[in-house]
Parts: sequence; C-alpha cells; structure tokens
Amino acid sequence: MKRKSRFARSQRMTIATGILFLVVVVIILQLWLFTATMNAFLGGDRAILWPAAIASLVCLGLNVGLLWYLYGLEK
Amino acid sequence: MTNQDSDQITTPPDGRAMSEQPRWRQDFPIDWPQDEYLTRREFIKFLLLTSAAFTAGQFWFLVRQLLEQQESPSSQVIARVEDIPVGGSLVFKYPADSPARLLVRVDEETFVAYEQQCTHLTCPVIPHVEVGELHCPCHEGVFDLLTGRPLSGPPRRPLARVTLAIQDGDVVATGIEKRTV
Repeated sequence: MKRKSRFARSQRMTIATGILFLVVVVIILQLWLFTATMNAFLGGDRAILWPAAIASLVCLGLNVGLLWYLYGLEK
Repeated sequence: MTNQDSDQITTPPDGRAMSEQPRWRQDFPIDWPQDEYLTRREFIKFLLLTSAAFTAGQFWFLVRQLLEQQESPSSQVIARVEDIPVGGSLVFKYPADSPARLLVRVDEETFVAYEQQCTHLTCPVIPHVEVGELHCPCHEGVFDLLTGRPLSGPPRRPLARVTLAIQDGDVVATGIEKRTV
C-alpha cells in the first residue's frame, strides 16, 4: 500500500518553489566563484584554486541534498 | 471528483471550472498541479547539471595547474642594448614556444617587457612610448607602460611582466611574472 506523503500537494509545490529559489541562488554563487577563480588563475594566483574547488563542491553537494530532500517528500 | 482525496483535486491552469474549459482541454484532461510540480522538480534536476558543470570547471583549473607545474624558464638573451633605440620596441618569444612578448625601451636606462596579448581578448598591444601607454586597438584598452597595469577600457588584469636584467650589454629575460592586480 502506498504511503501518503506527510505534506499536501500544494505544500510540496511551495517547498519545490523554495528549493528552486535556493538552487538558483547557489548556482549564481558558483558562477561568481568560477569567474573569480578564472581571473585569479589567468593572473597566476594559484593559492585560491583548492579552496574555490572545495567551495564549489560544497555548493554542488548542497544542491544535490536539496533535490534529494525533494524526492524524499514524495515517498 | 467528489470521492477523490481533496489533495488530489486538479484545477485547470486558468482556475475556471472544467465545463468552461475549451474543448481540447476537456478532451485531454491532465493533473495540472502535478504536472506543474513535476516540471519544477525536473527543472531543479536540470539546474544540478549546471551546478555540476561549474564544479567540474573548478577542478579543471586544478588539473591545468598540476599539468603546468614546471620550473620557470631559464634566462634568455633578447637583444643588444644598442639595437633598441629609446622609444623603440621589439617583439620576441620567451620561452621559444610561448605567445609573443614585447620589449620596450622607455629611456636610456629603462627597459620593460610584457606579454603582448591584451588581458581582455588577447589582441596584440601597441606601445605608445610618448604618452607612457600600451594601447590595445581592438577595444580601446590602455595599459600603463611602466607597470603594465590597466588604465582604461575593458581589461581588468595587468599584462604579464617579463623580468629583465642587463648583462654585458645584453637585455636578458629572467622570468615571467603573472599578476591579478
């Protein structure tokens, strides 16, 4: 028997919209990070590369987590 | 509809009753709220690819760094001091397989050398010694001749500088100095 979600459909829609907003904000942050890193890389500043890559990976992890949560709501 | 779970009641996108909907919509009814929800979820999934692409780009910089980790080029004689008149310039390559670089004699004592490619879109820069500037004709970018720093126009990064030394009447390139400011 299929288990009913703890959220109503309209609530899930609101949550999905909120998650979409967060994902877009994180991606804009990643875009900024990427351009700043490229500027540093082309300028010969290599010290920033590892921290920027880790920060971008954390952002990706956050986005994956949010999508994971969204799928979890449907179970 | 009445025996359906209230959570599952579907409403057309314009909010009007089903009987008021156009024929095509009555013939092919779908669960619109669910459709909208799935569309949003799939869009988030697509955005994750963008996020992954940015992360891959960051790691691509790291790979490039590891591949380019090599010792700085050895010294190379560019020209004799007397071969370059004051205000004169010379295009040279240092190291041999690199992009073109520009040696400029500013005055009797001072030589400067930079990468010739503009940091905006890699057009070759032209020295204007009389005004102390390097000019990029493509997009009107201007760099300071003595420092290589951008003065106006689209470029934001300074030109990579070639460090020089005068040894026995020769102008010798001793290294390359990339900068962000």
